[in-house]
Amino acid sequence: MQDHPTPSLALAQPPPAATPPGEKLPLAAVALGLLALLVAAADADHNRARLSLYAALALVSGGALGWAWLAFGRPAAGWHPHDLWRRASTSRGAVAWATGVALTGFYVVLYWFPGLLENLIRALDPFSAWLRHRAADQWLLYGTFYTLAVLVLGGRALWKYRSTRYHLARTASVMFFQLGFSFLLPGLLLALQQPEYYFSYFWPLKYDYLFPDAVGKLLHGGGLGVFMVFWGVVLSFLATPVLTYFFGKRWYCAWVCGCGGLAETAGDAYRHLSDKSRTAWRWEMRLLYPILGLILLLTALLWVGASGAVPALGVVTGPLGQLYGFAIGSIFSGVVGVGFYPLLGSRVWCRFGCPMAAYLGLLQKHFSRFRISTNGGQCISCGNCSNACEMGIDVKQYAQRGAPIVRAACVGCGLCATACPRGVLNLENGPREGRLAASTFIHADSLRIL
Amino acid sequence: MHFVIIGNGITGVSAAITARRLLPEARITLVGAESAHHYSRPALMYLYLGHLRYADVKPHADWFWAENRLELLHDEALGVHTAARTVQLAAGPSLAYDRLLLATGSVPRIPGWPGRQLRGVQGFYGLPDLESMSRDTQGVAHAVVVGGGLIGVELAEMLHSRGIHVTWLVREGRYWQSVLPAEESAMLEAHIRDQHIDLQLTTELRELRGNAQGRVQAVETTTGQVLPAEWVGLATGVQPNLVLAQAAGLATDRGILVDEMLETSAPGVYAAGDCAQHRRPAPGEVAVEQLWYTGRMQGETVAHTICGEPTPYRRGEWFNSAKFFHLEYQTYGRVPAQPTAGIASFCWQHPNGKHLLRINFCGADQAVTGVNTLGLRQRQDVWEHWLREKTPIGTVVAQLAAANFDPEFARQHEPAIRRAFAQQFPSIAVEKPRRKGLW
Ligand SMILES: Cc1cc2nc3c(=O)[nH]c(=O)nc-3n(C[C@H](O)[C@H](O)[C@H](O)COP(=O)(O)OP(=O)(O)OC[C@H]3O[C@@H](n4cnc5c(N)ncnc54)[C@H](O)[C@@H]3O)c2cc1C
Ligand code: SF4
Ligand code: SF4
Repeated sequence: MQDHPTPSLALAQPPPAATPPGEKLPLAAVALGLLALLVAAADADHNRARLSLYAALALVSGGALGWAWLAFGRPAAGWHPHDLWRRASTSRGAVAWATGVALTGFYVVLYWFPGLLENLIRALDPFSAWLRHRAADQWLLYGTFYTLAVLVLGGRALWKYRSTRYHLARTASVMFFQLGFSFLLPGLLLALQQPEYYFSYFWPLKYDYLFPDAVGKLLHGGGLGVFMVFWGVVLSFLATPVLTYFFGKRWYCAWVCGCGGLAETAGDAYRHLSDKSRTAWRWEMRLLYPILGLILLLTALLWVGASGAVPALGVVTGPLGQLYGFAIGSIFSGVVGVGFYPLLGSRVWCRFGCPMAAYLGLLQKHFSRFRISTNGGQCISCGNCSNACEMGIDVKQYAQRGAPIVRAACVGCGLCATACPRGVLNLENGPREGRLAASTFIHADSLRIL
Repeated sequence: MHFVIIGNGITGVSAAITARRLLPEARITLVGAESAHHYSRPALMYLYLGHLRYADVKPHADWFWAENRLELLHDEALGVHTAARTVQLAAGPSLAYDRLLLATGSVPRIPGWPGRQLRGVQGFYGLPDLESMSRDTQGVAHAVVVGGGLIGVELAEMLHSRGIHVTWLVREGRYWQSVLPAEESAMLEAHIRDQHIDLQLTTELRELRGNAQGRVQAVETTTGQVLPAEWVGLATGVQPNLVLAQAAGLATDRGILVDEMLETSAPGVYAAGDCAQHRRPAPGEVAVEQLWYTGRMQGETVAHTICGEPTPYRRGEWFNSAKFFHLEYQTYGRVPAQPTAGIASFCWQHPNGKHLLRINFCGADQAVTGVNTLGLRQRQDVWEHWLREKTPIGTVVAQLAAANFDPEFARQHEPAIRRAFAQQFPSIAVEKPRRKGLW
């Protein structure tokens, strides 16, 4: 093939979009807040550190909210991701790399060098005493940051997507579940001398909830513990298939899950970075299902081990459990999953690693009423839908063939439908018959797309 | 068989893909002068807006072509020797074909205004136009867009996104008056002005004025104003690209003349898409269709014929869609811009000025004939069914929710629409309504 260089569309790149002067003030507040955070971390005087920390949280949150309002709340409602691929922060430029390194670094410190965060953790003691009746630890610090990120950037998402009520409902839902079910409720349980339990996470995502140890401890703890085990089992094995049958996996991934919540709020600016290539899809297959298999195997082995039937099993399950916890639980879901948002997109973990997503995905693909319908023959192959898909689905490949989108990966965020300038896509629950039927307006060809 | 296609736009590519499916053994060659790979022309604006990168607007990944054995030639065809069945290329050796498809698309149609050749004055059709626009609009404060069609609104939105003040000159008395009824025009005019675009109706360009460096500086309009303009976009329509067809001696008029099978005057040579003109269009249909969707359909149809399954081109019910800044537009069936004898028209508008639904129906049997919507999404196959079955308006208004394609949780306007219908057409009974959705 003779290949002239494509006219370089980068040639006449305009200067990257300038930040409007008004937005500089709230951004400066965010920067000051980050500085105050450093000060708090460095200050051994608890009272001063606490003041710095509160000032930091107020400045960062207030600044981010102010900026979000100026950038998204004021302009006309609608989808207009102008300059997304031109800004250094959202197109893997210098700002994105700096953010990625900082986020990743934070995870490394949090998991392996929590001592460095000692001053910050101590600064949260009064709050922890109030909420949980005990001293703060690094996980409370993390939970506080996490929840604030979901709430503040959830505010940004509410402004940004205010023209579509689906997104308002979805965003409000993840904010609610993060604040209530993943932050306040576990704290309250601790205050009541109960085991810390996240009602919004289940096995296999929260893999150890159905390990014999954890179940044993909970059952030992009396009524509430029994309820927790019951809840975990019911949600994992009954509610998940039933809800997924009716609504697709979105009921969990885009409405309830904390990882999804962070991706949809803090990660929203990076959703377009997810790789849509066939190579990426192959990696997805290579990682996602083996991880699901691994956790299934591990859980089964642990139960066999606990039953005492095979005494020698402990030799295998111990290291296997550690490996899983380290490689998947820490490195993948935290360090890579969130740390690399600005470079790999917001759902790296959900897409390549999460065993819950794999489980829900299998149900969604083979046993669900959910699909994304494409509207007749109206696709103009513009690629806006694929670009918006955080799960790396090349939505356009389906739309331009008039085929409904039934993919295990789809978390039902609905952004492809919002981004489509021709109103071609719609998230729907309907009868399972004809769920895969293509539009009669396009003769879907049989050539490979994956 | 060697099937050669000139033009790698949607028409040529649809033909190539369809032919590959029908004839797994055929050799298929696609020649394209503009770009090495097929890209989505309607997506050009998103490149300028920074929503997408060039790779994102390619409908197929680069591996697709080789894997499906579709040979791509990034080259220009200069001539066709219909007797010898060869195509002469600008850079490569000439190509022998068994069947040839011309899918050469359109070129901008630009009147010869004085000053037309100044730098910063251009049409907007392809990648080179996008490049010159990206280059020439840097640091520009004032721009003028000329022409009130769909490319005009895209240019206005593109410029506006860079904070450039846009004056938009439209010759007609109301916006897109050749296509839209008055209410739709009015809603769009208000919406466009809401976006701070200076929309000037009944105004034409008279002259373009340049500076000493040969760059445009201002325009003079037929209303006598002189507007500052460091960049001027001319969106006054497109016309079929006939260069190759004329060089090959094919019969042409406005476009390359084709019969029902999309065959040109030369045997074995076909034409489809923007460049083709139907000799005998079906009643109520246009001879030259310049749409993405029709290009795709024509490409598919002609490939069937070429691959030995003779298939006449039948477009089916007309449909189209577009987006005006944030306001989506869809249309199915026929909705003439002017009131038409024998056709009644029901029109509902939301008080907020952002939603409109118009349904036309036949005065005699009350069968629906067409629909326009702004700010509402409608399900194409439901409308196709209603139009084909000549469903009475009473049934359609009652069952409107079945055609609702708006996202979940969107406000549903069907009750308000039914009330408006009962007011406007009190004598027509509306059946019991049904709920939205597939359930
Ligand atoms: C800015 C813009 C926005 C649009 N938006 C929409 C929309 O939203 N919806 C819609 O329905 N339609 C839209 N259209 C119209 C739509 O893009 C066209 O109708 C469609 O692209 C026509 O396809 P085609 O394959 O017939 O021709 P083209 O897309 O024009 O492709 C023809 C190709 O042939 C090549 N070619 C021509 N001559 C030669 C030669 N001698 N040798 C080699 N190659 C040659 C050209 O370089 C060109 O790439 C839009 C058009 C423009 C310009
Ligand atoms: S396909 Fe659409 S709804 Fe599904 S994850 Fe991707 S963008 Fe979200
Ligand atoms: S479905 Fe919509 S967004 Fe996706 S390629 Fe088609 S027209 Fe573009």
